[in-house]
Amino acid sequence: MSKIKMAAPELAHVQVDGMTREAFLARSAIAAGTVYGVATVGPFVREAIAQEGGGDLEILNFALTLEYLEAAFYTQAVKQVSGLSGQAREIATTLRDNETEHVGALTQTIKSLDGTPVKAPGVDFGEAFASQGSFLETAQTFEDLGVGAYNGAGPMIESKEVLAAAGSIAQIEGRHAGVIRLLRGEQISPSAFDKGLGMQEVLDAAKPFIKA
Amino acid sequence: MNESKTRAPHEVQRSALDELRQEPGSRAQFLKMVGGAGAAGALSVLIAACGGDDEKDTSSSSGSSSSGSSGGGASKADLEIVNYALTLEYLEADFYQQVLDSGEVKDKKVGEVAMEISENEQEHVAALMATVEKLGGKPAARPTTNFDSVLEGGEKKILETAATVENLGAAAYLGQAGRIKSKEILAAALSIHTVEARHAAVLNQVVGKTIVPDGAFAKPAAMPEVLKAVKPFIKS
Repeated sequence: MSKIKMAAPELAHVQVDGMTREAFLARSAIAAGTVYGVATVGPFVREAIAQEGGGDLEILNFALTLEYLEAAFYTQAVKQVSGLSGQAREIATTLRDNETEHVGALTQTIKSLDGTPVKAPGVDFGEAFASQGSFLETAQTFEDLGVGAYNGAGPMIESKEVLAAAGSIAQIEGRHAGVIRLLRGEQISPSAFDKGLGMQEVLDAAKPFIKA
Repeated sequence: MNESKTRAPHEVQRSALDELRQEPGSRAQFLKMVGGAGAAGALSVLIAACGGDDEKDTSSSSGSSSSGSSGGGASKADLEIVNYALTLEYLEADFYQQVLDSGEVKDKKVGEVAMEISENEQEHVAALMATVEKLGGKPAARPTTNFDSVLEGGEKKILETAATVENLGAAAYLGQAGRIKSKEILAAALSIHTVEARHAAVLNQVVGKTIVPDGAFAKPAAMPEVLKAVKPFIKS
């Protein structure tokens, strides 16, 4: 850490009391990002610093927000989409159960790291449940987004345990994405490499479904 | 990596926090990449950043970490992991090539899926080879494979084996994630990991198995376990 030259010296003196070690390391890394003049980390830096220590907790809460959205999406879909085929219903039910488990696990992980889990966002899925087709199309958007979100966040995670957990969930999102795409007759993978998405990019994509 | 530990994230233990280490240079490079360069971009960033000068572990280098030319934290251990991944991808790529050549997959839709997967695996091979070379390493030799017993079993056996191989591949990548030191290589590995996951679930669906055999949390597989599982397909 001492190798980092602080372009924003105030970050070198942030209060470390009460922070987890990983959060502290992450904050140092954020400071490093500032050193290197990385414009894209701007929003992330601001949010991370504003919240409870940033770092892994910030990433976990970011993931939790997405999982809340996905869990709500499939919970509503199973109830509201009329005429779901047997196969589509079975998959939607599996996905609902998986996402609900992810919400539970992330909530507990955040608590175990002395963080405060974000609240479930209000949701509005618009016309997504009008038909099986529109449901699956939106599901694909969510799952591909989830994959990108976890893959983007993964290398920023400090704790090996949190990384293992995030990777474990990311694989499930990848599985969901592939199967939804298969059902829609789409390519199962849009690319041979699932690119990581920046946090802001993900939040922007999720925004239309969040109702304050 | 302990499987039971990763199965339930809420069971995370902080006892391993002393394993935490960070290379500011690699972190900064990663952050640059996050702007949307993407995984394929990540590989080129990694390749461009790493030059050809190091098998050495840059964490012990006393050079300036802000130069960004210190190898991005790539180490000999990372090279070994990339070569391990390359070996698995060679196997997968060979497998699909032989499957497609055999003409045993009759279902048109399934054939298209096999073709798509085959192309993905070939891209993985090329990207991992290039990564090893740019890191100054020597790519693992392409193994001679033998899938005759599978091919002779016909379409059902082929698809079941494909599903097994993909589930194993996904678990193998997941098993290495926590061991990779370079953030760029980690980003690249993660980007391949979820593609293997897509393949695995799709093939599971095709053969009538659950798309999430481990439930909501995928389990990792360690290197010895994976190598043992693929050994029957390696002739030399």
